[in-house]
Parts: sequence; structure tokens; C-alpha cells
Amino acid sequence: MEKIKRLSSRKDLEKLRQEIKNNRDPRQRIVSVSVSTCCVALGALKVVEAFKTELEKQGLKDKVRLKDTGCSGFCEQGPAVTIYPEEIFYFKVKPEDVPEIVTKTIKGKQILEKFLYRDPATGKRSRKLQDIPSYKHQLRLLTENSGKIDPRNIEDYIAVDGYSALEKTLFEMSPDQVVKEVKKANLRGRGGGGFPTWIKWETTRNAEDEIKYVIVNCDEGDPGAFMDRSLMEDNPHSVLEGLIIGAYAIGAHQGYVYVREEYPIAAENISIAIKQAEEFGLLGDDIMGSGFSFRVKVHRGAGAFVSGESSALMTAIEGKIGEPRPKYVHTAVKGLWGKPSCLNNVKTWATVPLIVLKGAEWFKSIGTEGSSGTAIFSLVGKVNSTGLVEVPMGTTLGDLIFKIGGGIRGGKRFKAVQTGGPSGGFIPEKHLDLPVDFDELNKVGSMMGSGGMVVMDEDTCMVDAARYFVDFLLEESCGKCIPCREGLQVLSNTIKDICEGKGKDEDTLGIQDIVTTMEEASLCALGKTAANPVLTSLKYFKDEWDDHIRNKRCTAKACRALIKYYIDPQKCQACMLCLKECPVAAIEGGKDQVHSIEQEKCTKCGACYEACKFDAIRKLSAEPVPPPPPKGMKPIRKRKN
Amino acid sequence: MKNLTLRIDDKDIPANEGMTILEAAKNAKIEIPTLCHNDELEPYGACRICSVEIERKGRTQLVASCCYPVEDGLKVKTRSHKIDKIRKTIIELAAVSAGIDVTGRMRELASEYNADLSRFRSKVKTDPTKCILCGLCVRRCIEATWDTAIGFIGRGVTRKIATFPEKVSVCTNCNHCYSVCPTGRISSIGADPKFPEVDDILAGRE
Repeated sequence: MEKIKRLSSRKDLEKLRQEIKNNRDPRQRIVSVSVSTCCVALGALKVVEAFKTELEKQGLKDKVRLKDTGCSGFCEQGPAVTIYPEEIFYFKVKPEDVPEIVTKTIKGKQILEKFLYRDPATGKRSRKLQDIPSYKHQLRLLTENSGKIDPRNIEDYIAVDGYSALEKTLFEMSPDQVVKEVKKANLRGRGGGGFPTWIKWETTRNAEDEIKYVIVNCDEGDPGAFMDRSLMEDNPHSVLEGLIIGAYAIGAHQGYVYVREEYPIAAENISIAIKQAEEFGLLGDDIMGSGFSFRVKVHRGAGAFVSGESSALMTAIEGKIGEPRPKYVHTAVKGLWGKPSCLNNVKTWATVPLIVLKGAEWFKSIGTEGSSGTAIFSLVGKVNSTGLVEVPMGTTLGDLIFKIGGGIRGGKRFKAVQTGGPSGGFIPEKHLDLPVDFDELNKVGSMMGSGGMVVMDEDTCMVDAARYFVDFLLEESCGKCIPCREGLQVLSNTIKDICEGKGKDEDTLGIQDIVTTMEEASLCALGKTAANPVLTSLKYFKDEWDDHIRNKRCTAKACRALIKYYIDPQKCQACMLCLKECPVAAIEGGKDQVHSIEQEKCTKCGACYEACKFDAIRKLSAEPVPPPPPKGMKPIRKRKN
Repeated sequence: MKNLTLRIDDKDIPANEGMTILEAAKNAKIEIPTLCHNDELEPYGACRICSVEIERKGRTQLVASCCYPVEDGLKVKTRSHKIDKIRKTIIELAAVSAGIDVTGRMRELASEYNADLSRFRSKVKTDPTKCILCGLCVRRCIEATWDTAIGFIGRGVTRKIATFPEKVSVCTNCNHCYSVCPTGRISSIGADPKFPEVDDILAGRE
């Protein structure tokens, strides 16, 4: 690349964009490998290395451009490789596959069926992204360029009209007009609360102080949520552009990006983006000669879930312990270092350029009456295709789980879906028609939260699931206020007792008192919402709680203390598999001898259950275990058809 | 400073802008219980005992009166069945870690709100600490010494108050911490038993 010229006018940006486009040949052969966190975990870096070696070996080094991109959203199908210009999408590529791909696809122009996307539900393969069932039902606005552009190359972003919205803002709009546009678009906080963004902006703007701050909240800590990470890794410039536009509207000249410690690639990519934007004159003093100056610093969190709460996050940036404070005076008036501070989620900032560029009317036309635009979910749990999905607000839960998620794994029955992270509620089957937006989810006792979506099937015990999330929050509570600190501790132990069959009728009364107190009187939103999993579990799955407490029975047969494993002698084929798998040698029997479990030795780890290929092992709860088969009993062989 | 009027328990109460509900109530001789509040110190909002019900735009919500700034015409209720029950539960929860042998203000409030200090205690098998982590001693120490001999360490249920060995000399036995402690964790001769040292906690000796 030639020496970068600092852009000093809007014309410069247009000129640069044209130059970049002219220099790019649409027929250029490109191999792009996704190197976002999930793909890296699945070995993407080795795939990149393999391509490097192989392209050199086959003499294609100068003809083929190897490009690192972000995530296309099919997280469990990684590492993902895309070959341009034909746009062939290959998944689950291993380093040893690379020579074949280079020889056959890149040189020989042949499509290798075995690397194409395979629908986990139907087994059908798709050549184009648009043909993939889960992709077809999405509307990708924020994630449109994820997986297409190199997040560490500002030119890639500029080539797809990046920074046009900033240019329009600085040269055609007054700060007031920007706020009005965001208001007209009805943009609501993507961090989960759904608070109207323009109110935050206007409050900060009108607050009487010379110094103001804008902050990006990327402290996404929910188990199973990775939307913010993905955007920051795959398209950091979009977040940065939104932040600069917001700073201009609010009148801030300093911004912070708070990235949690566990997201090293996100922190690195946004830092690179900031540096590049500064070099190009899109950040810093007198941006593109507009007279507006703005700087950004990256702050890395120290790994506390509660730091995602705005006041705690700001205390953490100040260098103190990240603990929330009462927010009766909003952070928009008195925030970071006592100055008016506007904090928005990663996705909220990234939406701003789209609104500025395409207009509020366009944005409002997507989604529902009360919630405009799209929502990004990380769809995980017991669905066939897990991954990152973006849909218009108002898409039903059922469509998300069955059309996009491809239904429940292994043909099991859907039981509940938890939205909004650990402090979201469980939503049962009867609400599958619920259109997903900020208001509808609240009505059924859950929330949008940051967009985590955990699907549970018939094998999930709802009491145990409540315990799991309570335990997570117990670990993450900062401990400042009594209801959250002590309440979670008692809840955790009480529910643990219930899961172990030691629950009493009065326990639910105690739980009720605690959850009400936590909801009403906790200091911050973490404590106030921490009871949601317990509340909704009690509300929609009360019979499971009663079953545990009164009958000492786990309805889903998941709670270890309440189940026993039993081998059905009629079905056992004496294959020895479970016998070998059992870690405590609790299974008796031998070759050609029906197996049985010694209940006293069994630790109920479930290894035998997983190993059995004949469906011979059953879980029993609150029912007597039949006596073991007579010693030496021969298996009843299945007839081969 | 602007004068304004709010309604606490159906009485018009005059107040100044910038006051908290708790301050306005105190001036009007309306008592709201507190465990982590001290007039001399910055509001902290950790014990939540001072929660009161306010009505705003037709919606009621519970807020901590020690932190909530007064507004003109704000309607406040300081006692109701719901508030009392929540205060009772908070005291019962506070006793989970602190134990039943507390004295002082916490003991008084427990009897006033009929709190059963052993109600939830049976669910948790830890030694009683006699401390509800209200932070009064820590905050008072900072004010008294312009430094501090004690501070918080840990998070969630592992949160505790500890001494910094290199700051022992800061303590002049001024006894301010004793005077503010609401549970009897700190006696007239200092914390009894002594607070653990930060180094011991970090080294896993505590």
C-alpha cells in the first residue's frame, strides 16, 4: 500500500473509495478464511497456514489473495472458507483438506460436495449462503459485511461504503438533526434494556458540562452470548463509525471502548481500527477537515460480569472496583468522572451509521411498531444449527427455533427457551408464537437482554436449569447489596436441596419472599433481574418443582440424586460397551452375558447411557429398580432383517 | 437552592433541592430505618433497608431513600405491608452471613420487623461473621484518617473486610468504626475478632 494520505475533506474520502474500488478486480481469485474466535478455536489459523504453504507450493502465491475475515454465523460449522469470485462456501475445513481444495476447486474450478454446508436436520447440502435454510430466513443488516471484509483492513470497510454515514453526518447534518433522526427511527438500546437511545443522547447533550463522554459497552458476559464479540471482531469500523457519529451529536470529544478481558481478538481488532481511522484522518483532530475532533481509548475489563452494568463499568474505567452505584441520577447526567456520559451497547452504536445513511423511515419499516430494526441472537442449546442469527424484530420464537435453528436436536421435544442471558426467564412451549421484541418478552417474564437464546429440550430439568443460572449469578454478584448477595446464596442452596430430593414444601415460600425482595429492593439491574429464571421456572413449570419436592422425582430425569440407571435385560445385547465405559466398574456381566448395574457402586455419571447403542439403558426416577437378571442370562438377540 | 414540597405518608413535607428522601423525612421527624447510612458520610445504598415506595407517572416502585433525590410533588410511602415484609426479609437475609448473635441497630430492627434471624441461616453452612458488609467502618475510617486501615476484598459471598498490614499504623484507635457499626462486629477495643489481613486472604490462609 502506498503511503496513506490523511483525508482532509469529504472529497478525499470519495476519491479514496474510488481508488480502492478501481484497484480491485472483481474477478480476482480470493480465498477468505474466517478467523473469528469460534473458527480459531476449531483450528482456522492452521487452515490459513496450510493455504499459505499450498498456494506457494502450487505457484499460485501471486494470483490468489488470501484474506482473513470474520464470522458468517455458522459457528459450529467452522472453520469456514469462502472462495471468490464464485462465492463458494466451504465448512469444516481441516488443514489436510487444503491441498485438495487448491488443486480441485481453485485450479480445477470443481466444487467439492463434501465441504459444502450440510443441513444438520435434513442432511441436504447447499452451495450458496442464500440457499442455506437457516440463512434464508434471516435479515442481515448489522452482520451483512461480517465474513466478507477483512476487519483489520480499513480499505475493505471503506470499499463497502464505510464512513459514508460519518461523512454525511459531519457535512450535511447538525448535531440536533442526528439526534432527531435517531429519535424518528425509534432506535432502542441493543444492550437489552430497550431504552430509547435518543433520550440518552439528548440528556447527555443537554447536561451542563463542557466535558462529555461516549462509551461502547462490550462487556458481554452472558454464558452462550457472543453477538457483541462477533461484531467487534468482524466489523469493528462499523462500531467506531457509529461512536464518532454519536459523539458529534452529543458533543463529546473523548470516547471509551470497554472490552472484556476474555475478548482478546475483539480488543485487538478495535484497537487496530482506531489506529487506522486516526491515520486516515477519520478520527482525531479535525476529522476530514470538518472541524470536529474526537479521540477514542480502549479499556480492557478485568473479567467481572457486573461491569456490564453502566455505573459499574464507568467506575471500572476510573480504575476502581467495578461496582454499581444507585443510578437515581442517571449516568447521562453524572457518569464517568462525574461527567455526563452516554453509554450504548456495541450493536446500538453499529446501527447508527445504517440509520444515518438509509434514513429513519427505512429503519422503522423493519421490525415491529414498538421495536424497529433487527435483533441479533446467539442461538445455542438443543437446536440443530447453532450460531449467530440476525432477524427483524417481531420474528416469532417458533420461527427462530424451528425455521432458523432447524428444530430440536435428535428429534426430541422442545421444552423451553431462555432469552436474555442468565437473568432472563424461561419461556414455555405455549408462547412459541410470541413475536420477539423488547416489549413482548417482558410480558412473559423474560427480556431481550443482550440476545442470548438458549434452547432446552425434554431432557432439561427446569429446576436444575434455574439452579444453574442462580449459581452463575451467585459467582458474579459483586456483593455490595444484601438482597442480591445473600439472596442468591440462599436460593442456590435451597434449589440444590430440592434437586437432591431434600426439598420441603415451605421452601417455595422462602424462595418467593427472596425473589420478591431481590426484584424490588436490589441495588442494580443484575440483582433485580437475577430472580427471573427462578420466577419463570416456578410460574411455567410448577409441576416439576412439586414433583421434586413431594415425590422426590425429577420429571426430566436429569437430577443425579433423584435417578437410577437400569439395564433392560430384554434389550441388552451384551456388547460390553457400557461395561468398558463405566468409570467405577459398577456394571456386571460379560461377553454373551446380559449386563446389569450394581446400584450401590453407580455414581450416575451417565456414561453407560451415552454409550449404549441398543437403547437398553433406562433412567428411573422415584420408581423401584427391577431386580437384576439371573446370573449368566444370555441376551435376546435382535433378528437381523 | 430551590425549595420544594413532597408528600411523605400523606403529609406535605418541605425540602430543598439536592436532598434525599431520607434527609427530608428525617427533618420532618419521620423515621426510616437504615443500616448502612450515616449522616456524616456519602450515601452508599447497600443495605436496602431504607427502601420506600414512590409514585411516579402513575407507577409505583421501591427506591433506596438514602440515595433518591427529592422531587417536587413526589409521593412517598415509608410503611406498608409490602415494605415491611421486604425489610423483614432483608434483615433475615443479612443474618445468613452475619448470624443470629448480632447486637446494636440490627438487633433492634430485627425485633421491630419481627424478623426470624435463623430463618434462612439454616440453608448456609458458614461460620457467622457478625458483619453485614454495610461498609460504615470502612467509609468512616477513610473520613477519620484521610487514609484507611481497612477495606473490602473479594466479590459476592466471598466479600469481606480486611486490614492492610502496611496501613496498620494509620489506626489511632479513634473508635469511630466502633461507633458506627450496626451489628456489634466492632467492639470498643476494636474489631472482635480482628479483621483478617489482606495478605492472608490472598495467600489462602484465611
